[in-house]
Amino acid sequence: MKRLVLVLICAVIVGFSGTPAAAYDYKVDDPYVATIVGTPEVLEWDKLPKKVDYELLGLKVFPDRPMPDVFWYQREFLYTLSYQKQAAPLIFVIAGTGSSFYASSMVFLQKAFWGAGFHVICLSSPTHMNFITTASATSVPGNIAEDSQDLYRVMTKAWEQVKDRIKVSEFYLTGYSLGASQAAFVSKLDEEKRVFNFKKVCMVNPSVSLYTSAKILDDMLLEIDPNLTPEIFDRWFDARLARFGEIYRMMKEPQLDHDFLYNAYRTLYKKGQTPSRENLAGMIGTVFRLASSNMIFTADVMANYGLIVPKNRVLESADSLTDYFKVTNRVSFLDYFNEFLYPYSRSRNPGLTKEALIEGTSLRSIEPYLRNSPKIVLMTNEDDLILTPADLSFLKDVFGARAKIYPRGGHLGNLTFRDNIGYMINFFQN
Amino acid sequence: MKRALCLMLLTVLIFLAGCGTAPVRKEPEIPAQRPVSEYVNPDVTYAIDVFDPWEPMNRRIYNFNAIFDNVIFLPVVSAYEFVLPTFVQKGITNFFNNLTEVTNLTNSLLQFKFVKAVHTFGRICINTTVGIGGLIDVATLNDGITREDEDFGQTLGFYGLGPGPYLVLPILGPSNVRDTTGLVGDSVVYSMMIGQLIGHLGLDDTQEDVLNYSLTAVYAIDKRSNEPFRYFKTGSPFEYDLIRKLFLIKRQFQIDN
Repeated sequence: MKRLVLVLICAVIVGFSGTPAAAYDYKVDDPYVATIVGTPEVLEWDKLPKKVDYELLGLKVFPDRPMPDVFWYQREFLYTLSYQKQAAPLIFVIAGTGSSFYASSMVFLQKAFWGAGFHVICLSSPTHMNFITTASATSVPGNIAEDSQDLYRVMTKAWEQVKDRIKVSEFYLTGYSLGASQAAFVSKLDEEKRVFNFKKVCMVNPSVSLYTSAKILDDMLLEIDPNLTPEIFDRWFDARLARFGEIYRMMKEPQLDHDFLYNAYRTLYKKGQTPSRENLAGMIGTVFRLASSNMIFTADVMANYGLIVPKNRVLESADSLTDYFKVTNRVSFLDYFNEFLYPYSRSRNPGLTKEALIEGTSLRSIEPYLRNSPKIVLMTNEDDLILTPADLSFLKDVFGARAKIYPRGGHLGNLTFRDNIGYMINFFQN
Repeated sequence: MKRALCLMLLTVLIFLAGCGTAPVRKEPEIPAQRPVSEYVNPDVTYAIDVFDPWEPMNRRIYNFNAIFDNVIFLPVVSAYEFVLPTFVQKGITNFFNNLTEVTNLTNSLLQFKFVKAVHTFGRICINTTVGIGGLIDVATLNDGITREDEDFGQTLGFYGLGPGPYLVLPILGPSNVRDTTGLVGDSVVYSMMIGQLIGHLGLDDTQEDVLNYSLTAVYAIDKRSNEPFRYFKTGSPFEYDLIRKLFLIKRQFQIDN
């Protein structure tokens, strides 16, 4: 009670300056910097176990599905299990766009939840190559309702695979970014199917509308240059990579992915160099483009759709894909939506309008469910880059007291900050 | 000689593996909505481009390496990691690091990088004596003298030799003509030194051979054990392209430093 009074007084003193959460120690106030650089080490969750015991498990979701030669290495759907010896709740964690359970955010959550005494199953995003090729019914991701059915299928099969070995008291669900939006749909699906009967669901930095968030991220590339051409982009990207040179030596396993590119900036930032807004936005856009390129090409081959690879062309395991890479890099997520996902969905559901599909991939389509489900909580940031002001108002309105909205952090920048992960663990434990 | 034969055999196997049944094309091809011909200008060098005239062979070897890794290499490495306590593994890593230090020394000298040469020479002296034959990296732990990685590929680059065509080596992975030449050069120096060392042990020829091969095998396992790379973990259908580009950048950086 005293604290409440104090908070109220503070709120009055701070007045209308717009920063009511005075005691929030995550200080990175530029959402672009936060998104890329994340949380300073000293402020990270200090109860994180150094190592985590986990098993890499595989599922044949569609045993009869032929795999194109060019994806010969995708044999089964992979996921990880970390378990406790005693009975405990099992948390399913869904990764963000294009990410697998190997992504640093996933490994972080795996460690944090496992260290806090939960069983943890980490699932790659339905937009990740391994998911598209082995576990997606259509192999054309982006329609959240369908993707969530795919998720529910792999969760059910994964549970069947491990249930004899672990003692589960109840089931929880979480996900971040697109994975958070999917978690909401999965939770709704579970109300009908009742395999898990989820007791608690935590959505972390969800997108409200996939279409809107994707457009925001697509447009980040234009901050490099409003008239971006491949030549300008290549020049810009080469210049960035050249600056990362010194970082290669420090990193054991450099890869051109989200973790590496963000880590490179993190290292530069630690040395006191603050990259310009264009470069930060450009890098966020690049990372998103790489992830969506992987998704689009994989979906195109799997569905034999003919967007980038000629329809009916059989690609073999040693065929060069470099030219397709160059084309795919020019295709934005919205291009994919308009030229592939929408016509493809319409061919299966005649009469489907684009507006209906856009609406269907938005949390607004399940608003009544979200509004009336006390078991679902939300954690996000005032300055999350993938939300419009309208999106943020929607979330505040729908979740009310179940929304934990931090003043800073950008998109997932404060995920590993001790308050944030502490909030999640506390929610699941109590 | 035997090793060269094995390598050739392996290469032949890879080619055979690549020439499986030809795909049956059931329906005629329809041009893509976003065709390569419209989006890619063959006269332009894009950021992702790397000179790779042997790409079909390289991709086959890349795939072969992935299979070899999963079926043979990684299971052996797992067994090795399971059987040996961590401190023994660390000792083995240090031991080989100390042995291979000789090429860091020769290449630092060849590039007139005298500070690096002095560091490396100091490391060899300290680690071989105080560090009990290289088992403990005392130089890093006590004196803060960290390892300087210089190889003959970097030396060739230092003298202005370009990378040449990209080359994926069986088992060893990404390389190019320059760095493969460098690898051969370093191997010669290393083998000569090992030959000298083993020669002092007073073994007969067969015993020397056995020791030599065992050392090579443990060296390979130790190296793989310390390398976190896993094939097709990127989740990108363009992994080959991305790794190829990254390898080039990484090598260029190593040459420049």
